[in-house]
Amino acid sequence: MTPDFLNTIEVILNGLMAGVMYSLVALGFVLIFKASGIFNYAQGVMALFAALTLVGFQTGQIPFAHLVNEIFGTQIHHWGPGMNNLIAILLTILVMVLFAWLVEKLVLKHLVNQEPIILFMATIGLAFFMEGVGDLMWGADLKTLDVGIPSGGSFWWEDVTRTWVSEGYEYYGMYIDLLDVWAAGIAVLLVTVLTLFSQYTKTGRALRAVADDHQAALTVGISLRSIWVIVWSIAGIVALVAGIMWGSKSGVQFSLSLIALKALPVLILGGFTSIPGAIVGGLIIGVGEKLFEFSIGPLVGGATENWFAYVLALFFLMFRPQGLFGERIIERV
Amino acid sequence: MKFTKLLASLALSMSVAGAAYSDLVIPSLDYRTGPYAPNGIHFADGYADYFTLLNERDGGIGGVPIRFLPCETAYNTEKGVECYESTKGEGSLVYQPLSTGITYQLIPKATADGIPIHSMGYGRTSAANGKIFSNVFNYPGTYWDAASIIVKHILDQEGGDLNGKTIALVYHNSAYGKEPIRTLEKLSEKHGYNLTLIAVDHPGQEQKSQWLQIRRERPDYVMMWGWGVMNQVAIQEAANIRYPMENFIGVWWSASENDVIPVGQGAHGYKAIAMHGVGDDYPLYDDIRKYVLDPGKAAGDGSNLGKILYNRGLYAAMLAAEAIRTAQEISGVADITPAHMRDGMEALSIDEARLAELGLPNFGPPIQVTCENHGGPGLGAIQQWDANTATWSLITDFTGADREVVDALIAEDSAAFAAENNITPRSC
Repeated sequence: MTPDFLNTIEVILNGLMAGVMYSLVALGFVLIFKASGIFNYAQGVMALFAALTLVGFQTGQIPFAHLVNEIFGTQIHHWGPGMNNLIAILLTILVMVLFAWLVEKLVLKHLVNQEPIILFMATIGLAFFMEGVGDLMWGADLKTLDVGIPSGGSFWWEDVTRTWVSEGYEYYGMYIDLLDVWAAGIAVLLVTVLTLFSQYTKTGRALRAVADDHQAALTVGISLRSIWVIVWSIAGIVALVAGIMWGSKSGVQFSLSLIALKALPVLILGGFTSIPGAIVGGLIIGVGEKLFEFSIGPLVGGATENWFAYVLALFFLMFRPQGLFGERIIERV
Repeated sequence: MKFTKLLASLALSMSVAGAAYSDLVIPSLDYRTGPYAPNGIHFADGYADYFTLLNERDGGIGGVPIRFLPCETAYNTEKGVECYESTKGEGSLVYQPLSTGITYQLIPKATADGIPIHSMGYGRTSAANGKIFSNVFNYPGTYWDAASIIVKHILDQEGGDLNGKTIALVYHNSAYGKEPIRTLEKLSEKHGYNLTLIAVDHPGQEQKSQWLQIRRERPDYVMMWGWGVMNQVAIQEAANIRYPMENFIGVWWSASENDVIPVGQGAHGYKAIAMHGVGDDYPLYDDIRKYVLDPGKAAGDGSNLGKILYNRGLYAAMLAAEAIRTAQEISGVADITPAHMRDGMEALSIDEARLAELGLPNFGPPIQVTCENHGGPGLGAIQQWDANTATWSLITDFTGADREVVDALIAEDSAAFAAENNITPRSC
C-alpha cells in the first residue's frame, strides 16, 4: 500500500475516534431529550462541573474555599491529601445525582406542561448558574485530571502498520491515541449498559414509556418526576465520562463546556432521540470533518472542521429532518 | 432659597471631598471567568498585587494613592468595551486591554478620548509607530518582534542556514493568531525556509487533524501562536506524536505553566519566547510577601507568585507605575491626568540600574520609548520548560528582532492605517 493510501486510512481511523469523543457528549443530550423533550443546553456545563468536582475530590480541595476565605478571612484550601480515583468518581456520581434531584425539585417541577422553548430557556439559565457555582466551588484555575487512562500514540500500532507499506516507500506507521481507544471502549460499554438498562429493567422500561408518551405513562402510574431525576442522573454520569475523557486531554478548565458545540451537529445528524444515532452521528461527523480537512482543508486555508461539521449536518437535515435515527415526523392534517 | 443654599453647600463639600481624595486611577480589564480564566487570573493577580504593594509600602506613587478599578471582561470584546466606557470617566490613566480584540476596538475610542492604551506584547503590531498611533503603546515588544526572534533562535540552532528547512506555524484562527504570518513570510523569503500554515479554530479543544498533518509532513520546527486551551492541547498532541519538544517554540502567550503542566513529562523541553524573567527569585517578591501576601491583601491566594503570567501582570504594572513617575516628573504634577500619562509613557526609560532599584534586577531588557517608537526595544529571550523540576528557565540572552524586516512591515502597515483613517503622521 502507498503512504498516501495509509495516510487516508489513518485519517479515517482518527476521525472515528474523534467521533466517539463527540458521541460521549451527544449521548447526554439524547438521554434527556428522549425522556423529557428538553434540549438540555447545560449538558456541556454538566461535563465541566462533573470534571471539576472529580478533580476537587481527587485533590482534596475544599468546596467554596475562596468564598469562605473572602467572607471569614480564613486561609483554607485543602482538607487533606485527596482521595483515590474510584472513591472520587463514586462521590462525583453522588454529586451529579444530587444535582439531578435539585434540578427536578427547583426547576423542572415548576415547568411541567410548559412549551419546549421555555424548558430550553430554563436550561440556558441552568448552564450559566452551574458555571458560576462551579467557579465558586472549585475556582477557575486550570486543573490537571488524571484517572490513570493511558494516553499518547500507540507504539504497537505504529510498528504493525509500518509493515503495511509497499517496498520503496518511507512510512512512519499509523498513529492512534491510546486515550481515544479507551474512549471508544468506554463508549461501547456505556451504550451497552444503557441499552440493557432500558430493555431489561423495570425503571428502564418506565423510561421508555415516558419517552414514548408522557400522558400514557402517567396514566399507568409512572412518576414523571422520579423518571426525570433518574434521567438527569444518568445524563450527569454520562457528562462525567465525557468530562473525564476531554479533561484528560486538555486539563479541566472552563472552556471544557464548549465541547457541547461539537455535539450539536452530531445530534442534528443522528437524531435527538436515538442512542445509536448519537454514536453513528458522531462517527460520521468525526470521519467527515477529518477527511474534509485532510483533502480540502489545505486548499482553503485549513480550520474547516468546526464549520464543516455543521454543513454536513445541514445536508442531512435537508433529507431527513428528524436525523438518521430520529423518530419519523408524522403530521396528520 | 434655603434649598438652593443647601445644594450649593453640598456641591462645595463634594468638590472639596473630591480634591481631598485625589488618586491615580488604574483600571484593570480582568478576566477571571470564562474559557480563558486560568490565564487571566494569573495576569490579573500580578497586575493588582504590584499596585497594592505600592500603596501599602510607599503610599502610592509620588505621594498619591492608586485607586485600582477591576472590571471583568471574560475575554469578551463587547464586555471589554463596556468596561472601558464605564471606567474612563473615573479619570483612568491607562488601559491594559489584555486582548487583541478589545485592543482593536479601543484604539479609536481611547485615541479620541485622549487616554493611552498599553497593549503589552499584543494588539495591533504596527501601533509601534508612534507617529501614527499617538495613544497606543506596545512595548517592550510586538508579535512581529517575537516571530523574528524565534526565527533567529532557529537560525542559531541550525548554524545560520535555514535553506530547505520547514517551519510550521500552528496558529489560533483569529486576528491574534494571524499576526505573525506576514513577518514569517517575509523572513522565509530572506532565509529560504518553507512556511507551512496550520490554523486551529477557537477554542482549540480538538486538534487531531492539525497534528496528524504535522506528523505526516515532519516540519523541522513548529511555532505556535495560541492562547488558552489551544496551547495545552497542542503541546499534548505534540507529545503524543513524539514531536521533538526542543523544536517546538511558542509565542509569549503560549508560554505559561498552565500550558505545560497538564501535559506532564511529555512537555519537557518545550520552548517559548519570553519578554521578561521567570520565577520569583527577585528582591521585589520579598516585599510582595511582606506588604501584600502576609497581611492578606493579595488579589489571589499567593500560589501564583513567580508564575509566568503573574510575572507578566506584575511587569505590566511596574511599567505603568514607572510611566506615572515619569509623567509626574515631566509635568511637575503628582495627581496626573491621562494626557500626562501618555507623555510619561512616551518618555519612559528604564535601565538596568532602575530595574535593580525596583527589586527586579535583570528581570527584563532596558526599555526606551520614544515619540516615534512605541514598541520599545523589541527584545526577547528563549525560555525552556523542565518537567522534572516544573520550572521555566531562560536559555538565551535577550536578543533583538530583524529590524530591517520588522520595521519595514510596521511602516507599511501603519501607513495603510493612517491612509484609511485620514491620520496625518505626527512629527517627532
